[in-house]
Amino acid sequence: MNFHIIKRTIGWLLLFEAMFFLVPIITAIVYSEREIVSFLVTMSICIALGLVCLLGKPKSEYMYAKEGLVIVSLSWIVISIFGALPFWLSGAIPSFVDALFETVSGFTTTGATIIATGAQVAALPKCMLMWRSFTHWVGGMGVLVLIMAFLPLSGARNMHIMRAESPGPTVDKLVPRVKTTAKVLYSIYLVMTLLEFIMLLCGGMSCFEALSCAFSTAGTGGFSWNAEGMGVYSSYLQVVVTVFMILFSINFNSYYLVLRGKIKDAFSTEVRAFLIITILAISAIAINIYLTSGDLYNYSIGEAIKHSAFSVGSIISTTGFTTENFDLWPAFSKAILVILMFIGACAGSTGGGIKVSRWLILGKGVIYELKMMLHPKQVRKISIDKRPVESETVRAVSSYLVAYILIYIASMLIVSLDCPDLETNFTAVAATINNVGPGLSAVGPAGSYAFFSDVSKLVFVFDMLVGRLEVFPMLLLFTPATWKKQ
Amino acid sequence: MNIIIVGCGRVGETLAEKLNDDGNIVTIIDMSSTKVKNIANKFDIMGIVGNGATHMVQKEAGIDDADLLIAVTNSDELNLLCCMVAKKAGNCQTIARVKNPEYSTEAPYLKDELGLAMVINPEYAAAEEIARVLKFPSAMNIETFAKGKIELIKFKIPKNSRIVGMSVKELTTKLHCDVLVCTIERGEDAYIANGDFRFEEKDIISFVASHKNATDFFAKIDHKGNTIKNAIVVGGHVTTHYLCDIMESSGVSMKIIEKDRKICEELCTRWKNVDVINGDTADKELLIEEGIASTDAFVALSGLDEENIILSLFAQSSNVGKIITKINRIDYDNVLNRLELDTILSPKNITSDMILRYVRATQNTVGSNVETLYNVIQDEVEAAEFIVKENSPIVNIPLCELKFKPNVLVAAIIRDGVIITPRGHDTIQVGDAVVIVSKLMALHDITDILK
Repeated sequence: MNFHIIKRTIGWLLLFEAMFFLVPIITAIVYSEREIVSFLVTMSICIALGLVCLLGKPKSEYMYAKEGLVIVSLSWIVISIFGALPFWLSGAIPSFVDALFETVSGFTTTGATIIATGAQVAALPKCMLMWRSFTHWVGGMGVLVLIMAFLPLSGARNMHIMRAESPGPTVDKLVPRVKTTAKVLYSIYLVMTLLEFIMLLCGGMSCFEALSCAFSTAGTGGFSWNAEGMGVYSSYLQVVVTVFMILFSINFNSYYLVLRGKIKDAFSTEVRAFLIITILAISAIAINIYLTSGDLYNYSIGEAIKHSAFSVGSIISTTGFTTENFDLWPAFSKAILVILMFIGACAGSTGGGIKVSRWLILGKGVIYELKMMLHPKQVRKISIDKRPVESETVRAVSSYLVAYILIYIASMLIVSLDCPDLETNFTAVAATINNVGPGLSAVGPAGSYAFFSDVSKLVFVFDMLVGRLEVFPMLLLFTPATWKKQ
Repeated sequence: MNIIIVGCGRVGETLAEKLNDDGNIVTIIDMSSTKVKNIANKFDIMGIVGNGATHMVQKEAGIDDADLLIAVTNSDELNLLCCMVAKKAGNCQTIARVKNPEYSTEAPYLKDELGLAMVINPEYAAAEEIARVLKFPSAMNIETFAKGKIELIKFKIPKNSRIVGMSVKELTTKLHCDVLVCTIERGEDAYIANGDFRFEEKDIISFVASHKNATDFFAKIDHKGNTIKNAIVVGGHVTTHYLCDIMESSGVSMKIIEKDRKICEELCTRWKNVDVINGDTADKELLIEEGIASTDAFVALSGLDEENIILSLFAQSSNVGKIITKINRIDYDNVLNRLELDTILSPKNITSDMILRYVRATQNTVGSNVETLYNVIQDEVEAAEFIVKENSPIVNIPLCELKFKPNVLVAAIIRDGVIITPRGHDTIQVGDAVVIVSKLMALHDITDILK
C-alpha cells in the first residue's frame, strides 16, 4: 500500500473542501449571518491540514486498484467529518453524530435529515442550508472526479479512482484521457445545473431557493430548505424539478453522445429501460391514487399525474423531494415507490440505488440460467447493446448484490433494537443505502431520522457511504488484508 | 496529436506508453479484452475491444479526429487493411508494420499506392543494426546521424584499457582524438558526460564521431578485434534472412545453425555462400564442433529470449570476440545489464523508436525538426538530431553563452556536410543539423534544451 500517495490525495481533498466552504461563506456574507465564523474556522483547519499532508516529495507514484479504492473511501469519510464541523461548531446541530449524519447524507446525495420538523429546518441559518444543498452537488458527480479534472494526481493511474467513485457496474472513459473525461462530465453537470437554476428563477423562486433547489436536484440529493418541501411551489416549478430529477438520473455518457451527434447511441438499453420503468410507475400510481381519492387526499386526474410523476421521479432518481405525503397513499403505490428505491437511477448518473444496468445484467443472467437448464450444452453470452458483457462483470454484479443484501440485513437487525416498527426500519435502511432520503411511516416525508439512537445513526452513515460508493470500497477499508504489509 | 494504435502486442504497448508520455492522446484497439484492459489500466489512454480493420470500430476509436493510425498487429494483411480503411475513413496518416519479406520488399510501392506514411519492418531494421555492428565490432551499438555521416557509438571499456583513469578532457588533450563523449553508464546509473569525468573499467560510454575518427580512436586505445571474418548465427528466422541479404557481399563467412530442416533447406538454396547446419541450437557439443571457440562473432537470433541469453553467455565463456543477442522482452533490462552481455538488440525497441521519431518529426511546427532519434540508454537518455530552421533563438550565439538545461549536451554540429565537434566558442547556424544528447525525454524542438 502506497500510503504516501493516499496522504497526498487527502491533502488535495482538504484544500478543495476548503474551497467549497466559500459557497456558504458568501451566503453568510450576503445574509450577514454570524455563523460565518464556524465556516471560516473549519476552512482554516482544512487548509492547514491539507498543506501538512502535501508536505514532502512522494517516494513513488505508483497507484494500483487497491490504492484507488482506499483513497476513495477514506476521502469520503474525511470530507464528511470536516464537512460536519460547521454544523457542530456553530451549534446549529448540537450533537456531532447528528452533524456527521447530516453531512454524509448531503455528500452521498441521500437527503435524509435528523432535523425533526420542517419548521426547524426553515429556522436554520441560510448559510447552513446552502452548505447542505451544496454538499449534494459536490457529492453527486464525485469530489475526486472534480479534483482529477483540475490536478494531475498521479499520472496515468487515476482511472482506479474514477472507477471506484463513479457509480455503475462498469465505468468507461468518454475520451482517452481521465482528466478530459472528468472535465467533460463536470461541464455537462455544470451546464445542466445552470439551466435548471435559470428555469427555476423564471418560475419565481428567489435566488437562494433556486440555487439550493438546483444543487439538490443536480446531485439527486433532496435536502429541503423550507418548512413545507416542494409542495408550496407552483405547478410549473414542480414540473421543472420533476424533469430535471429524471434528467440527472440518466447516464451522463448519453449526454456526451448527444453532444457528439450520436442520438441513436444515446438511447442505450439502460436509458430506454429506465424511461420505460419511470413511465409505467407514473401511470400505475396515478391511476391508483386517482381511483382511491377520498378524505386523506383528493386529486383531479391532472393532479394525480403531477403528484405521481413528481414522486416517481423523486424516488427513482433517489432525490427524495416531496410534494405530497406519499405515506398516506394506498399500499400498492407505496409498494411501487419502495421497489423504485431499489431499482435506482442509471449507472454513470448522479443518482443512487442498485442501478438499472445492474438489474439488466442480473435479469439477463436469470434468463441465461433458465436457458442453460433447457439446453445444458448451449453456449451463450450475456450481451447489452450488442456488446458481450464480460463474465467478470456478471460475477462482480452478483457479488455486489449479495454484499448489498448482507449489509441490508445486518443494518435492519441493529436498527430494530431502536425502533419497534418494521415498516419504518425496512424503509429507513432502504432509503439510506439507496441514497433516497425519505422512507415510509416514521421516516416518511413528514418524519425525520431524529428519533434514532446514535448507534443507529452511525449504521445509517455507513449505509449511505456503502450505497454511494457501491459497497466494495467501503468493505475493503474494513478488510484487515488491505492494511497488511505484503 | 490524436493517435490510434491497432494491436496491443509488445510494440503496441511500448508505443502507447511512449506516445502517451509525449503528451499525445492515444487510443488502442485490440481483439483481446484482457490485453486492452491491462494497458488501459497502466496508461492514461482509451482502450477499445474489436477488430481494428473494421470501419465501425475505427469510428468508435475516433478515426474522424485522428491524426495518425499505427497498425502493429501480428498480421501484415490486417495491418495493411487497417491503414487502407483508416485512409478512406479519416484524414489521417498511417503507419503499418509489415514483417513478411514478400511484402516488405514492395514497401515503396505499398507506401505510394496505399498512401502509407511509413512501412516498418522490425526484423529488417534489426538485421541492419546487426550488420552495422558486425562491420564495426568494437562498438556495442552504432546509430547514425546526418545520413550516415556521423555515428553514435556505444562502447564498453575493457579491463586494462589505456583510458581507464583518464578524464573525458584528456581524450582530446592526451590522445588527440576528435570524439565527443556523451554518456557514461556505470552500474545502473547513467550520466551525461562532462570534461572532468574519469573513466573506470566496465563503464559503458557512448560517443559521437565520424567513422574515420572513431576508427582512429579505437586504434589509439589499442582496441583489437576490428574486423570480423566469420560469424555463427543461431536461428534461421526472418531476421536471419535479412541479415544474409545485407551481409551477402561483405566478405564475412556466415554459419547458420537452425533446428528446422525445412528452413535450413530454404536458407541454403537461397544463399549459396552461407553454411547451414541443421541441429539443435541448444546442443553444446554441436556448438563446440562448429567452432564456437574460434569464431569472430556470435549472433543469437532464435525466437526464445532465454535461449539467446544462455547461448550468448556460453559464447562469452568461449572467448568469442563479438556477441550479439536478440531479446524481445527487455522489461528487465537492468537485470540484463548485470549479465554484461555485449550487444543487445530488441526489434521491438527499434520499431517503436522509428515510429516515435516519425511522430515527433511530424509534430514539429516552427524552429526545428527532429530528424532522427535514438534511445541511447533505455528510457533514460535520448539522442536527437534537429535541423535548425530560421527564427530559432539559438542561432548565432556561442554555445558557452547559451543557458542550457541540466543534462543536455550538444554532441555534434553538421554544417554543409562537415562535422564540427562543438566547443564553447562554436555557434549554431541556420541550416545546421545538430545532435543533442539529453536526459530530458520528449524533446520536440531544439529550443527545448534552453532554460
